Amino acid sequence: MTNEVLKEQILTLEPTATFDETGEWLNVQVEPAQWKELARGLRNSAMHFDYLFCLTCVDWKTHMTMVYHLSSTSHRHNIVVKAKVDRSQPEIETVCDIWRTAEFHEREVFELFGVVFLSHPDLRKLILTDDFEGYPLRKDFEDPINMIKL
Amino acid sequence: MYTQTEVIKDTTTAKGAENELVINMGPQHPATHGVLHLVVTLDGETVKKIEPHLGYIHRSIEKMTESLTYRQFTYVTSRMDYLSAHINNLACAMTVEKAMQIEVPERARVIRVLMNELTRIASHELWIGAMAMDLGAFTPFFYAFREREMITEIMEDSCGARLTMNYMVPGGVMHDIHPDFQKKVKAFVQQFKDKVTEYEDLVTNNVIFQSRTKGVGYLSKEDAISYGCSGPVARASGVSCDIRKIYPYEVYDKVEFDEVLDTAGDSFARYIVRIKEMNQSIRIIEQLIDTIPEGDFQAKTKAVLKPPKGEFYTRVETARGELGVYLVSEGGTTPYRIKYRSPGFSNLSALDHMARGGKIGDLMATMGTLDLVIPDIDR
Repeated sequence: MTNEVLKEQILTLEPTATFDETGEWLNVQVEPAQWKELARGLRNSAMHFDYLFCLTCVDWKTHMTMVYHLSSTSHRHNIVVKAKVDRSQPEIETVCDIWRTAEFHEREVFELFGVVFLSHPDLRKLILTDDFEGYPLRKDFEDPINMIKL
Repeated sequence: MYTQTEVIKDTTTAKGAENELVINMGPQHPATHGVLHLVVTLDGETVKKIEPHLGYIHRSIEKMTESLTYRQFTYVTSRMDYLSAHINNLACAMTVEKAMQIEVPERARVIRVLMNELTRIASHELWIGAMAMDLGAFTPFFYAFREREMITEIMEDSCGARLTMNYMVPGGVMHDIHPDFQKKVKAFVQQFKDKVTEYEDLVTNNVIFQSRTKGVGYLSKEDAISYGCSGPVARASGVSCDIRKIYPYEVYDKVEFDEVLDTAGDSFARYIVRIKEMNQSIRIIEQLIDTIPEGDFQAKTKAVLKPPKGEFYTRVETARGELGVYLVSEGGTTPYRIKYRSPGFSNLSALDHMARGGKIGDLMATMGTLDLVIPDIDR
């Protein structure tokens, strides 16, 4: 499907979504509250985005952005969905019941960025130790002992 | 004679429901090939649940990258999936080239593909040996390493390292290939073709090997996609996901090769896919080795690379599956944010689903055919 068709179909699912076509793939911007519904639509509609190949977060100092890279194994089209979350209290609905790969990726983002995924079945630290304090991939993170910032 | 419940009372690791036993497998375990810690809940011999605990070799490569320049950051990635070092480097180099629109000379492109395919074979060779050893067969390891040694020597000649090579740089390759490169690669191809039947006799047609892998660790097509599996793991379940075919990069669109697919979805299918993939890699090498174009091996680039502001994503096919590099650039000399989508991380997340309900002994076969490289998962 071309970007135009995708845009049209996404707008029927979520009228408030905004688009950006400057990148390689179509970028869709949604509010965190609307993300879960849109995600379900993207997976189950004719667009058939069944493969979540990248889930990550970017810290922009004033806010954080959740970034979801989606692909369809049948149509071979890709999109990027972005949701802006509040930096002081980052919260977004989990999508691990839609794409199961999200369970691990969300746990990773939770410990490295501190984003809380609502109704995640098992939101615990995955890589870091349980008593680790702070969120290492945030821009203001400093660790005086293990200098990872050069 | 203890009954099962009494044994649990005596074991310090035990917790959970009656008749359930919790066992820590790893962080140091011969079958995990690295420091992976699995907390396995068992009912007798049956696996009830597997919980991976990661991070024993987490180096925070993503954070480190934020303070490295665009010339430096490729080197760190050799230490992620150390068996696919060339391919990791290539992904990073391609991201910078894509962002800065650097035209890579044809010679460099061909050398890159040749190195990638040699890496893929070397990685699969090591995997055969290691997996057969997990299942109790020791000899295949020596057979596999006999051929792998030839590739390692080729790498040493041209790249100066036998493991964790740093050869791909933004703009091309670091230096030209060794004068003996073509001769040695051809010798390797001949040796591999002569000897690959030995693997078939020793492993593929082995009754014990077959009965330990057939029907073990089943993964359906839908689950493979949902868990984000890629590479041979997904292709053994019938998911067409070879990035070299779907989104060709470098010269993969100019060479003939088949995407190896299987539909059985079990451990044996994953084994077969990798064996066939090695043969396809040999096919690619044979098509390119005599026709390496003359010319530069590196494009002329500025000393300091400054990609424009924006977001760039590159996908490549490593020996383990799809590696993604997500670069967020603010126009500076260092990346603002880098995310490595590593194939092992997603493949591992399917382990619990695949091993549940199976026997603890089968877990070795399932884990072995997932081909996990722990530094790739932890990053």
